[in-house]
Amino acid sequence: MECLMGLVGKDFVITVTDTMAIRSITVLKHDEDKTRELNPHTLISYCGEAGDTTNFAEYVQKNVKLYGIRNNIELTPGATANFVRRELADSLRTRSAYQVNLLVSGYDHKKGPCLYWIDHLSALAQVPFAAHGYCAYYCISLMDRHYHPDISLDEAMGLIRQCLEELHRRFIINMPRFVAKVVDKDGIRVIDL
Amino acid sequence: MLSEIVAQYTSEPTGYGAELTPGNFLARDAAKQFDSLSFDLPNAENPIDFLNTYTDVKSDNDNLIKLAHGTTTLAFKYAGGVVVAVDSRATQGSVIASQSVKKVIEINPYLLGTMAGGAADCFFWERELGRRCRLYELRNKERISVAAASKLLANMVYSYKGMGLSMGTMVSGWDKTGPNLFYVDNDGTRLKGNLFSVGSGATFAYGVLDTGYDHEMNKADAIDLGKRSIYHATHRDAYSGGYVRIYHINKEGWEFISLTDVDELHWQYADESRNRGA
Repeated sequence: MECLMGLVGKDFVITVTDTMAIRSITVLKHDEDKTRELNPHTLISYCGEAGDTTNFAEYVQKNVKLYGIRNNIELTPGATANFVRRELADSLRTRSAYQVNLLVSGYDHKKGPCLYWIDHLSALAQVPFAAHGYCAYYCISLMDRHYHPDISLDEAMGLIRQCLEELHRRFIINMPRFVAKVVDKDGIRVIDL
Repeated sequence: MLSEIVAQYTSEPTGYGAELTPGNFLARDAAKQFDSLSFDLPNAENPIDFLNTYTDVKSDNDNLIKLAHGTTTLAFKYAGGVVVAVDSRATQGSVIASQSVKKVIEINPYLLGTMAGGAADCFFWERELGRRCRLYELRNKERISVAAASKLLANMVYSYKGMGLSMGTMVSGWDKTGPNLFYVDNDGTRLKGNLFSVGSGATFAYGVLDTGYDHEMNKADAIDLGKRSIYHATHRDAYSGGYVRIYHINKEGWEFISLTDVDELHWQYADESRNRGA
């Protein structure tokens, strides 16, 4: 039911997440942040099984932070994505596997912006745009239609807004609020939708 | 000989390998010794399957070990602090087992926990939380924050995820940062928020609470809102009832406010609406 989206632009990545915390038929919270900052230029957004999500995200966050402190150099987004995938893959063969879907978005100072799609079976793919959950059914085609690699921030925000409009129009679940975060060479920031 | 060598490299669950003798006993940190909790699980591969073989899931008998499933509890922050309100009914299937359950757990003078789901689970783990909070206080010479306390609880229950624990609780209190409220449940979810309601009557309570809520209301209004919300939940939810128990939290810690029979409230509210009509 949750919604994660990501899109790589010319020199930035945007991730959009919904902000609802649901249990059973009740929305417990309307302003839950489903992202964690791993280091100044890497952000993960996550959805999935309650409890597993934040626990896994914080586990990854702390480990990536520790790597930065120990080695005095931050893990690149690509390395982070592979680390996350490995942790998920290892847990997959235990009785209590993490059921978490993630998007790793980051800005690599050598390679530029990047986005990694990881699902709960620890499949990893580097992609120009991605979505998790039901919203993928509505938004992926829209992104296929309008995306191009050197898309500007304004244009990308327009595309994201179109996706959210479509969700509001067709998706049965009412998701009134989303949070968008941009990662670029200056770091991570929240951007108005 | 060999067992001595092995013992050197083997650690007990408490983290201490060597045997307890009067000599090395004094050298230990007593707090650390009781730090890790050893909670026995059935010696079976899957504790849930094990439990199911001893409790017939198709009959109502399994309710015997799941007391207080139906419940209404609520807590909300407002300008003057936190209001915590709960009902007092415990059910076993369709039978009312008790009308006088205390579903607010006083963890310490600054922390309250509420109880929904399995009574034993809630009580045990929140009691354990109280112990850990006290140890934190002794070690650090300062009170634990509500955020940290709720995280302790969340981490404890998360480590037993999928093994059949049942609890939906709100941890609330006052710390350095002011009033705080967290929702913690048995799947390891932990949410910070201003307003939560948990239990089978939660939807009814939410209805009244959300509509009447105003962050800037005064203490009397806040308490009355909590009381009314629980009353209306007990009115519609068969699994909630008994008494409305109210607590209030401000910077001096928690304070017990009232325990009112819902029947009394029913006629009081009925009178009020009749008078309004006249």
